[in-house]
Amino acid sequence: MKFRRKSGVESKISTSSMPDIIFMLLIFFMVTTVLREFSGLPVSLPKAERIEKLESKRHTSDIWVSKDGLISIEDKLFNNDDVRHVMYEKRAADPQLTVSLKADQAARMEIISGVHNELRKADALKLNYSTKVKVPN
Amino acid sequence: MAIRERKARTGAIPEGGMADIAFLLLVFFLVTTTIDMDKGLGIILPAEGQELEINKKNILNCLISSSGAVLLGGEPVELKNLSRKVQDELRANDKLIISVKAHEKAQYDVYIEVLDQLKLAKATRISIAESE
Repeated sequence: MKFRRKSGVESKISTSSMPDIIFMLLIFFMVTTVLREFSGLPVSLPKAERIEKLESKRHTSDIWVSKDGLISIEDKLFNNDDVRHVMYEKRAADPQLTVSLKADQAARMEIISGVHNELRKADALKLNYSTKVKVPN
Repeated sequence: MAIRERKARTGAIPEGGMADIAFLLLVFFLVTTTIDMDKGLGIILPAEGQELEINKKNILNCLISSSGAVLLGGEPVELKNLSRKVQDELRANDKLIISVKAHEKAQYDVYIEVLDQLKLAKATRISIAESE
């Protein structure tokens, strides 16, 4: 019985295209990361346990409410009564819009319910109160 | 005076380190990008002009006073007991709608905590009433 002689194939993986693969990965990550668009107002968010993640950053629009009652959308300050116009346009441009309300924990409820009313008038009904994670005790 | 002989140099760039450099860049970007996913309590606001008449006994009022005290159905409740109380009420009547009403001087974090407690109690029908 004859044994077949082993062929002299070299079993080296070619590494010359390695930089290309890594660069491609790099470019993929750079393209897919969405950078923070607006700096907003300095708020300290409240904490909650039963939180949900927002589905997509692209369908989210932020409203900042500071503890002094300032309302900021896209880094511009608005009066309470002007919120509906801004949000109505946003809602018309994107029907899947979720509004993320980033309000300070010391904000008064009159401002929050004012924003509620404006959002209802603008038909932007999906609301998310942005909170931090509270560790359940 | 001795003239030093020139060394013969090759003009090729070593390619072996290229992958390492690219990896380093990749790791640098991965480490420096902070993925701050927005998290929070989700709620659907009622549409304008869609007020429904609801039977009084299917409504449980939850009031937040200006000082941050919480009243559930007329009785003062501590925040940490709220979810248990609401759970009991829901067990008795599964059609119950919890109507959260906050005083306009109440603080937002109390309101969030109340909503959180209602979500803990698995209350799905939450209504945000306008504060008068």
